[in-house]
Amino acid sequence: MNVYLKYNFEKTCRVILQEQLDKFDFEYTIAGPGTVNFQENIPMQQYIMLQRELGRYGIEIIDNQKAILVQKIKAAILTMLEKDNMPLIKISTYLSESLNENYRTLSNVFTEVCHISIESFIIIQKIERVKQLLITENLSLTEISFRMNYSSVAHLSNQFKKITGFTPTVFQKVVHNKRTLSISIN
Amino acid sequence: MDPEKLYILLAEDDQDDRRFFKKVFDSLKIKHTLDMCEDGVELMAYLDDSDVLPHMIFLDINMPGKSGMECLKAIRSSSRLRETTVAMYSSMSSPDAVEDAFIEGANIFIKKPNDFEELTKVLREVMYINWQYVTDGLNRENYMINYYNT
Repeated sequence: MNVYLKYNFEKTCRVILQEQLDKFDFEYTIAGPGTVNFQENIPMQQYIMLQRELGRYGIEIIDNQKAILVQKIKAAILTMLEKDNMPLIKISTYLSESLNENYRTLSNVFTEVCHISIESFIIIQKIERVKQLLITENLSLTEISFRMNYSSVAHLSNQFKKITGFTPTVFQKVVHNKRTLSISIN
Repeated sequence: MDPEKLYILLAEDDQDDRRFFKKVFDSLKIKHTLDMCEDGVELMAYLDDSDVLPHMIFLDINMPGKSGMECLKAIRSSSRLRETTVAMYSSMSSPDAVEDAFIEGANIFIKKPNDFEELTKVLREVMYINWQYVTDGLNRENYMINYYNT
């Protein structure tokens, strides 16, 4: 026997949405098809849960909250790296304190949006800074490793080699030759 | 820019290698468009004619007609292509040849691996790092990664 059904999608979606939103504690109103109004900001962790729950029904939240959070994380990291004396505090503590979110949430959102981990991002940024100090300020490796909180020159050199494939000295030489070449061409 | 919408251009004269690269790019699960040229002459003509510039150009060092190095020089002396990421690759190069490529403005140097997994790993890394350079405005003069001897 076949039973034939007729759907009211608008209503279906509204009911699902209501059921899912009611699982959480926050005040909301369904402002129309595809818009929910919240009285207050939702903590990121709950936001992710809500997103996951709705995702099971094929309902996607359209917004760029995650992108905004990622920008905040990046800004916090860059501010930290730009200080001449970097704080000797664990990065996870630093980020969760300055952004008021737990580190696991920050880390997951970051990797999802950027495709690399927070740790890799920091290493890439640190090495960029090292490159700059090597090239523009002509600092020695000892000075750089001290300034950037590396435990030793060897640690700095190894990390540099791992990320760029060059030793700091060869890198410096190549950039120098590259500059000389571009001056001679122009 | 979104790394999922990368436009990649590759110049390679060997048909088997073109197929190999295509297979690896397809396996990356990064949405992209891959166009291929059969040698350096075709690549430069393609770039001259095209309105849309690629985000990344992959160049085989050894090509008949116009070599990878000649293409690199032409790319770097063109004002519209100066900022485009160029990745060079070869199966055999001396350390000096690798350095020369960087001096001429290459951003990435890869050893052409025969191993599928290995090339997949390198290309994935290259594409995500490249994205960092684009989105975070890192200094392009210092954008040099040598995967050749590592």
